[in-house]
Amino acid sequence: MAPSLISITDLYKSFGDQKVLDGISLHVEEGENLVIFGRSGTGKSVLLKCMVGLMKPDKGTIVIDGKDVVSLSLKELNVLRKSISFLFQGAALYDSMSVKENLAFTLSKNSKFTKGEIIKKIDWALDSVSLLDSKEKMPSELSGGMRKRIGLARAIITQPKLILYDEPTTGLDPITTKEISKLIRDLQQQLHTTSVSVTHDLICAQIISDRNIVLKKGKIAVEGSIEDLMNAQDPFLKNFFGSEIIEHGDD
Amino acid sequence: MSSKNTYLTRIASYFNEIGALGSFVARFFKRFLFPPYELREVKKHLEELGVKTLPIVGTAGFITGLVLTLQSYPIMTKFGAEGFLPYMVSLSIIRELGPVITALIFAGRVSSGIGAELGSMRVTEQIDAMEVSAVDPFNFLVVTRVIATTIMLPILVVYVDFLAILGGFLGSILVMDTTWTLYINQVIDVVKFSDIIPGIGKNFFFGFIVGIVGSFKGYYADKGTEGVGKASTTSVVVSSLLIIIVDMILVKVTLLLWPPA
Repeated sequence: MAPSLISITDLYKSFGDQKVLDGISLHVEEGENLVIFGRSGTGKSVLLKCMVGLMKPDKGTIVIDGKDVVSLSLKELNVLRKSISFLFQGAALYDSMSVKENLAFTLSKNSKFTKGEIIKKIDWALDSVSLLDSKEKMPSELSGGMRKRIGLARAIITQPKLILYDEPTTGLDPITTKEISKLIRDLQQQLHTTSVSVTHDLICAQIISDRNIVLKKGKIAVEGSIEDLMNAQDPFLKNFFGSEIIEHGDD
Repeated sequence: MSSKNTYLTRIASYFNEIGALGSFVARFFKRFLFPPYELREVKKHLEELGVKTLPIVGTAGFITGLVLTLQSYPIMTKFGAEGFLPYMVSLSIIRELGPVITALIFAGRVSSGIGAELGSMRVTEQIDAMEVSAVDPFNFLVVTRVIATTIMLPILVVYVDFLAILGGFLGSILVMDTTWTLYINQVIDVVKFSDIIPGIGKNFFFGFIVGIVGSFKGYYADKGTEGVGKASTTSVVVSSLLIIIVDMILVKVTLLLWPPA
């Protein structure tokens, strides 16, 4: 059994009276690809944001690569963040920078790579997502699918240990959803990254996940493979997965 | 009872906002004093702010000088003091009108722009993306913009003062018999070092206000497009109001430091 890269223990987070995370404990092994399901507002994105220190939990520990995110100083947290990438829902590309500058940004700030080495890495990352010809474009010139691909290129350019995906296929048509999901899976296999993805999308989960969990009222309701979740007799899960149109990826 | 509660909540949120702005200013100085320094970003903002604002402040300055001359001439003639027109116009412009008009236009043009830009970056999670990439967004986005506005506004004021005096001269030749040499000699004769330094100096404060208020409103914008609009509008309102209040204080300080002869 591979060692745990992420160990979350008794995590609590509330906004006012609203409990969002209610004592979540979770382990993700190195190289594993975990998908988190759940209805809107069940704390999936909050969990991801707590993992990178964008939000502070009320109680509990989040240990990533042996370091407790909650108790780290900002300086220590930034060292840890260099080994983590986050693909945001809308890709969060920097509007004022070209695609090339978006990709170069983190490398030029956080590494000692020469200009030539950075250009090589940009070309490699863009080639990996098949958008090498979009290097000079501005984010406003890109379609939704292209933005996700560029976001993915920006996430892999630092060759992180862990990638967190916040709804990587939201707002995309089924064909683009399959393409992006396969791209994510191929890059996971190629780079041997660990990933945690939040999604509502069964097509995406079927392609990228090794294990799945479903959050309900701030707790983990069930855990297993996609087939386990779809065949579960629990009325909530039946309702949740029954309303999806299942379409298997043509691997 | 409920309206009283709403009123109290509003007062509490007003003081909360002042406290938050205070800690934002403290955070600025903490980051400003220590590296890394994003000099390329400061240079980029200086160019953008300067180039984009030059035409509008220049036009406003020229027209202010011209109108001030045309409006003042009949009154000064009434007292037989039309010969003092260049003195009055140049002192008004250098001491008060040039700095304040430039700062208010700068607030309208730049503070709203910064509020909208950072607000939109907040709403689309670009600020979070920067933070997750281990890059300090405050240093990269806020400190650079505030430094740029603080440096650029005094430079713009020198330019506006010159154009306003030129406008004043144009007004003078429309209403009385004068020449450029005579006019400019009268201006040089009356304007002292103690008029120029406070006039330009207070724009470091105004530039800082424009940058910090715009950044504060944008950096903490609420979610959604409404939040971006609100950040943009309140940036202008708050920075304009603060400019007027701080101007009142600085005028008093100036008069204490350099009492009129």
